[in-house]
Amino acid sequence: MTTAASESTTAPPPIAPPVDRTARRTALEEAILPAVVALLVAAIVGDILILTFGQSPGTVYRLLLEGTWGNAYGLGQVLYKATTLTFTGLAVAVGLRAGLFNIGAESQLAAGGFVAALVGLLLPSGLPALITLPLYLIAAAAGGGLVAGVPGVLKARFGAHEVITTIMLNFIVLALLNYLTAAHLKVEGSLHTAEIHAGALPRFSSYIAPFHGSAANVVLFVALGAAIVTWWFLFRTRRGFELRATGLQPEAAEYGGVDVGNVWWRAMVLSGGLAGIGGLNFVLGYKHYYEEAFASGAGFLGIAVAIVGRNHPLGVVFAALVFATISQGGLAVNAVVPKQMVDVLQAVVIIAVAASVPEVRRILRKAR
Amino acid sequence: MILLAFVAQTLRIAIPYLFAASGGVMSERAGLIGLGLEGYMLSGAFCGAVASYYSGSPWIGLLGAMAGGVAMALLYALTAIRFRADQVVVGIAINLFVIGLTRFFLRLAFHSSSNSPRVPGFGAEQSGTGFGALATNPLIWLGIGAVAAMAWLLYRTPFGLRVRAAGEHPAAAISVGIRVDRIRYVAAALSGLLASLGGAYLALDQHQFSAEMTAGRGFIALAATIFGRWDPFRAALACLLFAAAETLQIQLQGTQLIPSQFVEMIPYALTIIALAGVVGRAVPPAALGKTAT
Repeated sequence: MTTAASESTTAPPPIAPPVDRTARRTALEEAILPAVVALLVAAIVGDILILTFGQSPGTVYRLLLEGTWGNAYGLGQVLYKATTLTFTGLAVAVGLRAGLFNIGAESQLAAGGFVAALVGLLLPSGLPALITLPLYLIAAAAGGGLVAGVPGVLKARFGAHEVITTIMLNFIVLALLNYLTAAHLKVEGSLHTAEIHAGALPRFSSYIAPFHGSAANVVLFVALGAAIVTWWFLFRTRRGFELRATGLQPEAAEYGGVDVGNVWWRAMVLSGGLAGIGGLNFVLGYKHYYEEAFASGAGFLGIAVAIVGRNHPLGVVFAALVFATISQGGLAVNAVVPKQMVDVLQAVVIIAVAASVPEVRRILRKAR
Repeated sequence: MILLAFVAQTLRIAIPYLFAASGGVMSERAGLIGLGLEGYMLSGAFCGAVASYYSGSPWIGLLGAMAGGVAMALLYALTAIRFRADQVVVGIAINLFVIGLTRFFLRLAFHSSSNSPRVPGFGAEQSGTGFGALATNPLIWLGIGAVAAMAWLLYRTPFGLRVRAAGEHPAAAISVGIRVDRIRYVAAALSGLLASLGGAYLALDQHQFSAEMTAGRGFIALAATIFGRWDPFRAALACLLFAAAETLQIQLQGTQLIPSQFVEMIPYALTIIALAGVVGRAVPPAALGKTAT
């Protein structure tokens, strides 16, 4: 395993191997077709729901687009939601690349935000963002990474299935955070901590007036940076190669000299760290305090984002935008049809993608 | 008297868990991960409340609930078996699907985003805490019966043998002529049916449906399934244990002895400990989550 990786980086083969264009095209089609199928299925289910409610689908979809990409405020909200979803999507994707299903992004996100808020409350308020931002990044990553490290170690050491342990830890960690907030940190009469003054990050609206009121903030760029770093790590480093090899076939990776147990817990810590940094979007970029249940499903949607984005960082960013648009779109159409329609559509997208991935692969491979 | 009240309340809390965990055992023993239990319960609660409301009879409500639960379970089975979708992904998505659908139709049917109007249910107007109110609720007996029925089905019938074969070694089962896919569909439907009764119990006991009223009970049932090592009786004991912890928490409320959040953690923490195998490992069915062929 390791020798194969170093060979490809040090000595390029004298003659470039012919690029198999058909294989490449098939791979691309395999990646994109399920998402297209899923969006079509979702549109049909959406039509049915809208018609049941006695409205016209055309009107509702137009409202949805106008309320999201049609004005600066809507766009700002989409970008804000996409920021968190990019982090949780990357988190789930990194796990899946290692063959691990991290269902715990929800609590890792919350823990990241919580630890960052704790650090923020301790820091003196005069510090510039240049000093505080790295501290916050470390704190949030540590919070999320710690929570995810537990199932990682349990998997590596005892073979405990990470799907169940991460789900169970979601409940445990969220209950613990609720307790800590309620018993020690909350401002009386609220569910949130005191406001953080040290190096809170600016919203876009302070530079660009039309964004006024929207929550989009500079953590968006941290998210894009995280996507690039994740891509580089997964596809350009030895550790990333080992991680992917473990995900494809742990026995083969082990045989090739990879310590699979180590890869597992490290992948979980990395995954949780990414989800944890996502907590900065709310805590540092938007509200400037930690609030109970701020994650509100973004961790679970991260699973959807990773699946639709086919566990590729670039795909994750696009999928995050799609799901953020659907989420925000629900609010835009709520006056006409219940906003819960979009929850249904998001679920339909997930189910349809999961169901069509194996099917599309089978059909494409048969056709070739 | 205090002890009696404690036992009665524990049973009341345990009933939805007993139903859903029995369903969880059936589904997982057949090789289908029971991540959708929460969704089946919620679907059962909603359809049960709607059917009871429009028919005026809680018994029709039960039928409606079963239809709602089985429909969701079959959707799950269809995607997992026919389309070979990842069971974890679809299981999680089914829950989101049902949360969205029930809220959507709650607004459509009752013009409310939080709860239904009063629906006919079982038991007295104000459900008492004693055994009297408990014993008159037919779902109590059905719940206890469900556990025994699942154990009998799994261990004493040819169907049960096939279910276990489908969950342990589907390839071997197929080689001796068992239609594993068909067995799995039936097991899924049974698990949806049982879980939906757990949801219906909640709705009919409270005489109304409220949004997301299952509040994670499906996951507690899944925890009980695992903590009970995929055995109907042990899973039922786990349900009772978790319910007793909840009852204790309710009784201790106001005394500030233990923060309620710590009692909430008990089922989940025990499950993790069981999976890590500190005392006797919990080993899942070998083909859990895998496609048959």
